[in-house]
Amino acid sequence: MRTTLPRGLLILTALCLSGCSRSAQNLVTLAGSTAFQPFAEKLAEVYLTTHPDAQVNVQGGGSAVGIQAALSGAADVGMADLLDLPPEASSLTSTAVAKDGIAIIVNPGNPVSSLTADEARSIFSGKTASWKEVGGHDATVRIISREEGSGTRRSFDALVLGGDKLASGALFENSNGTVREAVASDPEAISYLSIGLVNERVKAVAFGGIAPSNRNVKNGTYSLSRPVFFLTKGEPSPAARAFIDFVLSPVGQGILEKEGLIAVKE
Amino acid sequence: MRIAPTLTEKIAKGMLMLACASAVASLLFVIVFILAGGFRHVSWGFLTQPILDMGRSGGIAPAIVGTFLMVFVALGIAAPLGVASAIYLAEYTLEGRATQAIRFGINCLAGVPSIIFGLFGFILFVVMLGLSWSILSGGLSLAAMILPTIIRTAEEALRSVPAQYRDVAASLGATRWQVVTRSVLPYALPGILTGVILGIGRSIEETAVVIFTAGSAVQMPRSLLDSARTMAVHFYILAREGISTEKAYATAAVLILTILVINILAYTLMHRVLRGRRAV
Amino acid sequence: MDRFISRLLFLAACSSTAILALIALFIFMEGAPILFRSGFGHFLAGRTWAPLEGQFGILPFILGSLWVTAGSLLLGVPLGVACATYLAVFAPPRSALILKPAIELLAGIPSVVYGFLGVLWLAPLIRTHLGGPGLSILGASCVLAIMILPTIVSVSIDALQAVPRSYREGSLALGATEWQTTRRVVLRAARSGILAGVILGMGRAVGETMAVIMISGNATHIPGSILDSVRTLTANIAIEMGYAVGDHRRALFATGVVLFFFIMILNTAALRVARRKF
Repeated sequence: MRTTLPRGLLILTALCLSGCSRSAQNLVTLAGSTAFQPFAEKLAEVYLTTHPDAQVNVQGGGSAVGIQAALSGAADVGMADLLDLPPEASSLTSTAVAKDGIAIIVNPGNPVSSLTADEARSIFSGKTASWKEVGGHDATVRIISREEGSGTRRSFDALVLGGDKLASGALFENSNGTVREAVASDPEAISYLSIGLVNERVKAVAFGGIAPSNRNVKNGTYSLSRPVFFLTKGEPSPAARAFIDFVLSPVGQGILEKEGLIAVKE
Repeated sequence: MRIAPTLTEKIAKGMLMLACASAVASLLFVIVFILAGGFRHVSWGFLTQPILDMGRSGGIAPAIVGTFLMVFVALGIAAPLGVASAIYLAEYTLEGRATQAIRFGINCLAGVPSIIFGLFGFILFVVMLGLSWSILSGGLSLAAMILPTIIRTAEEALRSVPAQYRDVAASLGATRWQVVTRSVLPYALPGILTGVILGIGRSIEETAVVIFTAGSAVQMPRSLLDSARTMAVHFYILAREGISTEKAYATAAVLILTILVINILAYTLMHRVLRGRRAV
Repeated sequence: MDRFISRLLFLAACSSTAILALIALFIFMEGAPILFRSGFGHFLAGRTWAPLEGQFGILPFILGSLWVTAGSLLLGVPLGVACATYLAVFAPPRSALILKPAIELLAGIPSVVYGFLGVLWLAPLIRTHLGGPGLSILGASCVLAIMILPTIVSVSIDALQAVPRSYREGSLALGATEWQTTRRVVLRAARSGILAGVILGMGRAVGETMAVIMISGNATHIPGSILDSVRTLTANIAIEMGYAVGDHRRALFATGVVLFFFIMILNTAALRVARRKF
């Protein structure tokens, strides 16, 4: 008993480490945007059915990690969903691979179903403090926003707030899922969410008279959307190039459309 | 007005029982909430199938394996290192400024947010040491994170063993190491185990550190150098991005059962080791 | 042989200290420069956090952390120590044997799960019955208190059970009641261990990020009551780290430095309180 335990552990560790062959040729590593990560995984899943000897490794960490990873070579492709890329990323090549529509959401029990651009701007900047002013109950508006630097947030601020600042008492959540849950359980809350993630728990309001749908983003009538970029340093490896081409191919773009994003190439 | 000691006794007992009941009630609430939401989606298929379709279908087999491997690495490094350090601090050094300073430092590090450990691990293991996103990087970073807990609890456990036990052994001519292994450790083991179990719990539930260092690959890891997800990370991603609430809760349910299994294993192992060793 | 072992243990202790020192160094190296550049005063007392405009004032977050930590300790420590005392001294040994591992189970539940529970269940409860946005200091304190319970309870139980029986028997033999014995003899003898548990729990409360982000609301204003939303130092770091580059990123590490001092002060205070009161 005394010597078998350490010996056993040693063998086990050796076995684990022995499986450390990684064929680097066919390996593509993507890292970055946590919002796009699930979509990248889905794309990889389908890609692997037609390219069985490829290896696609998708990581998250956030857009900044994606940029860092692309710059340092830790990843072949950085995924970023920022409206515009920071100066550090200027040496990277960016390819838009998808668009994500943004819907303004309220609690399903909220009678408000439509907001004009001015009303939306006024609410989110704090000037309109009560739902009564836009046709709702007599209750204080509770704004839930996303964190500073989030791609969705930056796009939303630019497109809805214009030059105005976000209201000072706004609450923040840091992911689509929690935003949705928070609005679903708060009758007075208002926030914004990826169109693809709107479900029966929340209500998406029309913006400027236009219903938030991917179709309306595509035909240009609905203006709230943000791009998703693939960032590569210099010339991508053949394996990475193949995968990027797949994502931009009709099959890849079709998958993205089916999952709730908007294709950039038809 | 002086209250009779017997009355104080009754009141005190009552309040303590209330405290215990509240703590247990909150525990039950959390567990029931998760199991109620998730158990019905757990099946043998769920435990053995790969992660498919962003996690909306299939199972969590890669995450289960990833969790076990990660905990194995983290504890494999932190437990021996931590306990050895604690033994050194408690048994081989004299209590003084140096040990106090070290203890203070360790206490402070127990409060560092996990995201900083994650970034530290990312820069040191993933980038600088070239391990890339891997279970090894994750395990090493987790080990650093749970080290303070293990060292502190082990040290307290060792120090709580009465001095007589050591003195008697020493007076019989035992060497320092013999005193430690034969007279001190058997009595300190339950306390040390608490630290290890808390460390296991922390490794299993940690998300930030794991995401930054082990990544969150959906594939089944084939070696320690592969990236992998743990169940906690899987839950985090499913819930965060609003992908699938049922699968998320199911993952949490399996997670709780995993912790239960590991904890039971740990306690049984300890009782086996201690059987016949303790005189008291 | 003994020498060899003692050298090995020394090496272990050194490695542990080295790793931990490395982490501390890491935080300071990344964060200190910007602290000096924008000035301690501006950073610590500044009320506006607008990193994309170059404003790095973290006073609201310091206050946020203070309130949330204080709340969680006020709820968690008495509850935890009381629960541990009950299980270690008064409860039938069988129940202690089952309940201690049961409570340790709580330690493995992901903080994200607690966070979701908070958003789904606790926040609406607070909002309907007490007012405010629900995502508040109170909510965060409650969730954190539950999260630190396992640490405090387990470590305290160990400490209490490690008190030699002779202490207890001696006190009872002198005519003291169980409670008097517990309060004046057993608790006092176990205080070092209980304090270790409390400090570890405190560390957890201060350093917890995921759950706090979800349930505290993360508003950047200075809180006015416990029903107000608040942002803690850790939440600020975690929320923005995924996107921060350049100065913004360094400012987040500087927040980590401040947090480090925060913990140091808390730990020193805890040691002082323990020394004096017990």
